Amino acid sequence: MARAESLRIVHLDAFTAIYHRASGITHLLASPAPEILATLGEAGLSRADLAAKLAAQYDMADFDAAALAERLDELVVSGLVATA
Amino acid sequence: MGGVVKGGRLLARALRDPASVTTLDATGWTALLQIARAEQLIGTLAARVQGLKMPPDAARILTDAAASIAQQRIAALWEAEVARRVLKPLGVPVILLKGTAFLAAGLKAGVGRSVGDLDLLVPRERIGDVEAALLAAGWEWVKPDPYDDAYYRRWMHELPPLIHRERDRMIDVHHTILPLTARITPDAQALIADSLPFSPEPGALRTLSPSDMLIHAAAHLFADGDLAGGMRNLWDVHCLIEEFGVAGLTQRAQHHGLWREVARAARLAHELYDTPIPETWRIWDSGDPLYMRRLTARDGWGRRTRPLTRFGFYVRSHWLRMPPAMLARHLWTKWRNQGAVGD
Amino acid sequence: MRHAFSVRIGPVGFRIGSDWRAPVAQLETLYADYPKPEIPDFTVRLFAARPWRRFVRPSVTIEGDFVLPDAAPLPLAQGLLAAEMGMNLQMALGQRRFLLLHASAVERDGRALLMAGVSGAGKSTLAALLSARGWRLMGDEFALVDPATGLVHAFPRLVSLKNTAIGVVEAALPNARYGPLMAGTPKGDIRHLVPDAAAVAAMNEPVPPALILFPSYGFEAESRAVPESEVFVRLTQASTNYVAIGERGFDALTRLVKTVPARAIDYPDTESAIAQVEALWAAL
Repeated sequence: MARAESLRIVHLDAFTAIYHRASGITHLLASPAPEILATLGEAGLSRADLAAKLAAQYDMADFDAAALAERLDELVVSGLVATA
Repeated sequence: MGGVVKGGRLLARALRDPASVTTLDATGWTALLQIARAEQLIGTLAARVQGLKMPPDAARILTDAAASIAQQRIAALWEAEVARRVLKPLGVPVILLKGTAFLAAGLKAGVGRSVGDLDLLVPRERIGDVEAALLAAGWEWVKPDPYDDAYYRRWMHELPPLIHRERDRMIDVHHTILPLTARITPDAQALIADSLPFSPEPGALRTLSPSDMLIHAAAHLFADGDLAGGMRNLWDVHCLIEEFGVAGLTQRAQHHGLWREVARAARLAHELYDTPIPETWRIWDSGDPLYMRRLTARDGWGRRTRPLTRFGFYVRSHWLRMPPAMLARHLWTKWRNQGAVGD
Repeated sequence: MRHAFSVRIGPVGFRIGSDWRAPVAQLETLYADYPKPEIPDFTVRLFAARPWRRFVRPSVTIEGDFVLPDAAPLPLAQGLLAAEMGMNLQMALGQRRFLLLHASAVERDGRALLMAGVSGAGKSTLAALLSARGWRLMGDEFALVDPATGLVHAFPRLVSLKNTAIGVVEAALPNARYGPLMAGTPKGDIRHLVPDAAAVAAMNEPVPPALILFPSYGFEAESRAVPESEVFVRLTQASTNYVAIGERGFDALTRLVKTVPARAIDYPDTESAIAQVEALWAAL
């Protein structure tokens, strides 16, 4: 179960600039991180639900579970995603 | 009364009696702001005088100071949150100290307060685990060979300082509060036993009990012989006494061996800020006037007028991609020529 | 402090205290046409670190509201430089109202051109030369962007010219006022140009930015568009207070990046640079 924290998101051409309100830190993220954050939203999702939604919304069917787990862990470490 | 109020007394009066600033002229305001900045109390001043009649320049400067403090607050609370997440699996009580504690607990002492490093208190027997967890999570030693540092061998009430490699912020992990002499050692276990959690959730951060917070603030004031930052420490003491009163304080302070320090801090806070303390506490001892003079010795340029060391308002800043060393190069590359000038 | 000087430059007021008369006298002369602040935003102190340093090989230690520890002092002959460095330092470490960018700024037709880049890229020189060609000088060291409005505020300090740039600018602006020539500084010769009356008169008129340039000196003339993401990164590197001002900084910078075109220009000499700048501006 993970959820995205309160974020300001601005898409720039090569990457997405994200201002994380709780920390004051600006992150520069490339795909698929912004899509993961957008899908998680503030309410959060279980990992299984997240994978399913990403596949459906963003045409990421080939995105394997291991890669998704890694990306998610990176976002958790950076503080952009909190786990329940 | 007669006579001009100057130096630290000017700042104390403004904090104690905010309406008094409406009588200041431009020179008075310039001095007040300078001294407030030098004493790291400009955010507090901004909060105290908000809404009062003042020159537009002063209003603007205080608004900017308040905005700066607000951002520092965000960064400080985030540091505490990251530490909480990293240390939660250890099942260790983690107690916030000083400014971060005041902010997190929403105390009066936290209003307008500038906060720098994160200070934590953990049980001595678990400090090794805490150190390992922080190092694994991206903190690193500030000095290359920390345990050789004589200071830490001598005092050993805290780990050598750690700094986070990406966020560039320092964390100080203590296992007791400042022991002022080798003979007097505060009861660290009692500090932890009486600490209070922010929430019933497992792994929630904690604060010291109100009495212990007060005792810690007082001990801190006297740990530095120069009394640098003394006016702010005493403002902390003032706010804590206003908020919690002094019930049980004498006994608890005696238990920690710090009653003399607490009593003196209370007297000095009363003198500066009109802190409500019991009548029987108000009897001055011969050392008090010396402390008062040292605490309030600032001129209109914010300089210590009887300096033991050169005092500078030192700011550690956090660049997105430019650490302080690089900024120094940015601005000073041209002029860094150690051998040619100066001593 | 023995000697004191104060000046308001754009929206920021400074107070400078000095143990010596000379730097203050120079500041008074060069900033003679500038207004004075009621209450200064920042204070700089120029002082002798040891009592005898006022007289014996006098050296100026710089402090103020904000200090960089371990900064080396300067000889008294460069006292004016020390004052200017001190003011730079206060802005770099203490400015919180405006997003601060290391960039020069000039204005034409009510819009601002920002030139961002590292030292030596030519921001100061180009700004000075453009001011000889009908552009209003807004500043050569820092551009101030108001997060609330997106406007650029002028901050016209003395323009710092180095080595060969001194002669080039003196030739283009023979009737301008200059500070003393300070030879033999660690970076060579330095001379300050005083912003002209038009720059001082208009310094409280902010304008919207219309073009961002990243100039590079010493290459064949060329220009390319810079994509948004690269502009964002380069401007955070060029900002000393982006992090400190929090969400307002994010607002100011993303708005700047998304609404103002940016180009990188390489130039072999100042004539080429000026030509490129004028052409790019005309094509907007």
